[in-house]
Amino acid sequence: MNDTTGQIQVAATKGITGWFRSAFAGRKKKEDRVLHPFRVIIEWEIGDQTRSWRFIILILIIALTTMGSLYTALSNISNAIKPNDPAGSFIFLKLFTLSDGTLPSFIVFISFLGPLLGIGLGFDAINSEQNSGTLSRLLAQPIHRDYIINAKFVGYLTVISVMFFALGFLVMGIGIIVTGIPPTPEEFVRIVLFLLLSVVYVAFWLNMSIWFSVRFHQPATSALTGISVWIFFTVFYPLIVNLIIKGISNPVWLANPAYQMFLEKLKLGFMRFAPNVLFSEATGTLLMPTVRSLGPLTMIQLSGTIPGPLPLGQSILLIWPHVTALIAGTVLFFVLAYVPFMRREIRSR
Amino acid sequence: MTEKIIELNGLTKKYGDFTAVDQLNLSIEKGEVFGLLGPNGAGKSTTILMLLGLTEPTEGTVKVCDIDPVSKPVEVKKKVGYLPEDVGFYEKYSGLENLVFTGRLNGLSESKAREKALQLIGRTGLEEHAYKKAGLYSRGMRQRLGLADVLIKDPEVIILDEPILGIDPYGVREFLDMIVKLSKEEKLTVIFSSHHLYQVQQVCNRVGLFVEGKLLAEGDINTLSQKLFGNSPFAIEVSMPRDAERNPDVLERFKQTLLGLDGVLDVKKKDHKMFIECSKDVTADISRTIIQSGFELTYLNRKEYGLDDIYYRYFEGGKNHE
Repeated sequence: MNDTTGQIQVAATKGITGWFRSAFAGRKKKEDRVLHPFRVIIEWEIGDQTRSWRFIILILIIALTTMGSLYTALSNISNAIKPNDPAGSFIFLKLFTLSDGTLPSFIVFISFLGPLLGIGLGFDAINSEQNSGTLSRLLAQPIHRDYIINAKFVGYLTVISVMFFALGFLVMGIGIIVTGIPPTPEEFVRIVLFLLLSVVYVAFWLNMSIWFSVRFHQPATSALTGISVWIFFTVFYPLIVNLIIKGISNPVWLANPAYQMFLEKLKLGFMRFAPNVLFSEATGTLLMPTVRSLGPLTMIQLSGTIPGPLPLGQSILLIWPHVTALIAGTVLFFVLAYVPFMRREIRSR
Repeated sequence: MTEKIIELNGLTKKYGDFTAVDQLNLSIEKGEVFGLLGPNGAGKSTTILMLLGLTEPTEGTVKVCDIDPVSKPVEVKKKVGYLPEDVGFYEKYSGLENLVFTGRLNGLSESKAREKALQLIGRTGLEEHAYKKAGLYSRGMRQRLGLADVLIKDPEVIILDEPILGIDPYGVREFLDMIVKLSKEEKLTVIFSSHHLYQVQQVCNRVGLFVEGKLLAEGDINTLSQKLFGNSPFAIEVSMPRDAERNPDVLERFKQTLLGLDGVLDVKKKDHKMFIECSKDVTADISRTIIQSGFELTYLNRKEYGLDDIYYRYFEGGKNHE
């Protein structure tokens, strides 16, 4: 009897030590593993970004705004639920969209701060390496040149994705704890899609600033250019579009509803050149299922509709062009950065 | 020893109308320490970039370790270590971390890279600074770390672009000794670009002289001076006789006296000194003759032609051509 317990004990100890040993061996293995140079650079870039002060500052800003908007959403959520609300089944999504007017909602914050994050991460991607003399040293290593720019993009994108998903899930978790209402599967999918879309949106700005970092020799120039483009689209672009529409509209025809419709569509068409408009329309549709159309609707089109939320598939269908445009822009900027980087002759400093 | 490790044939690089490197033919043997000499903008760095496949030649072919760097740059970069001019490191990271990163890019595992990096840091005398951030390194330390960085990939050839620029004389000495030692121990081929003639002379087996994209001459120092100075390999500087400045007759008499000596080829006045070209070493005869002829001798210097003279001779020549 004693013997068997002893044996069991021995076996157990063996099992545990064996497990420890294998765990230890596993760890040791990781250090001994030869990684593909591409992965090495990605790891390096991620480490480089996450250790930098700028990243800590950016993440602090975004975490603070998240907490702020979550707080306003949570304190107003009881007022937002109305007995006959067709969107009543989507209470959870309101965490991301609700605001009492003092602080913007989560999605507004993301559409505002996302560009800052993208620009902040990418503006010195290439030129700082060139200026510090590390680029020519890196190019002398047995790697293909595009590994550098690709790995930077992938590394930064990984950082952004991890950050957004962590924030999004944190908001969800706090929401569950505070409200006591779990998200429905559809709500969960919508939130995940929203987070993915945010990553694409930030990637768009990221690639733009990587392009500037290839184009401009001084990091300060590329940062300022990136920020100017961002300010242009958020502040001045709507003003300019309004001016143009006002300028070209003919007051004689304004009485005609078809003409008004035409003007409205024209304005929307112009506005959609701004990436932030595309993003806020797309996220709005994803997180507010009651949004049924992104353009003007006539009374005839509305007659006979039953107010109710759109199914997920229809919401996605509605924003598909937006997503395509954002991805296309991302790819375009990447190509703009990639081609000159590959062709350029890189000398030391 | 006659194994060619680098061969350049008719190598030309043009930037628009400007020809940076013009019809360059050069071969470098395994185990050599070869110096690329020339003033700034002579095409040294461009040649180096073409050797590494970092820029494409307009014309001509390059072979490094029998590989064409134009079509297979990565293969070449596995075998060739390159230390760029004014090398930079990631300043937030320690010297060791920078080296480990390079090691891992060259296909080493993290533990292997660390082991090797520490060993190289020891060899380049940076033990005390291994864990210090690279941003705090001095110029000389950075250059030494650069050497370790180049060596971590176990190269066959190392190319150093202006490696001793901006280091203090003591540091230069140490750095050059390190290179010589390495090339002997590891049987490395070293290519070394510089416009510091004196230092190149100390370490290089052979030098190539670059001017305006052309290789004007190549060979060891003796061959070069032979080529350049022909039958007047010795030069002696002596002080001018008193009154020679005011009185041309004295100067003429002085000249004639010296020219009467066996082995003296030419006597010229140069910067308040007399410059005597000779076919053999006749220093003793000259000093005796001067004194016996009643002139004063306050200064005498036997010059050995170094790279400096070769260099200046070429630039004088170059200017004369224009």
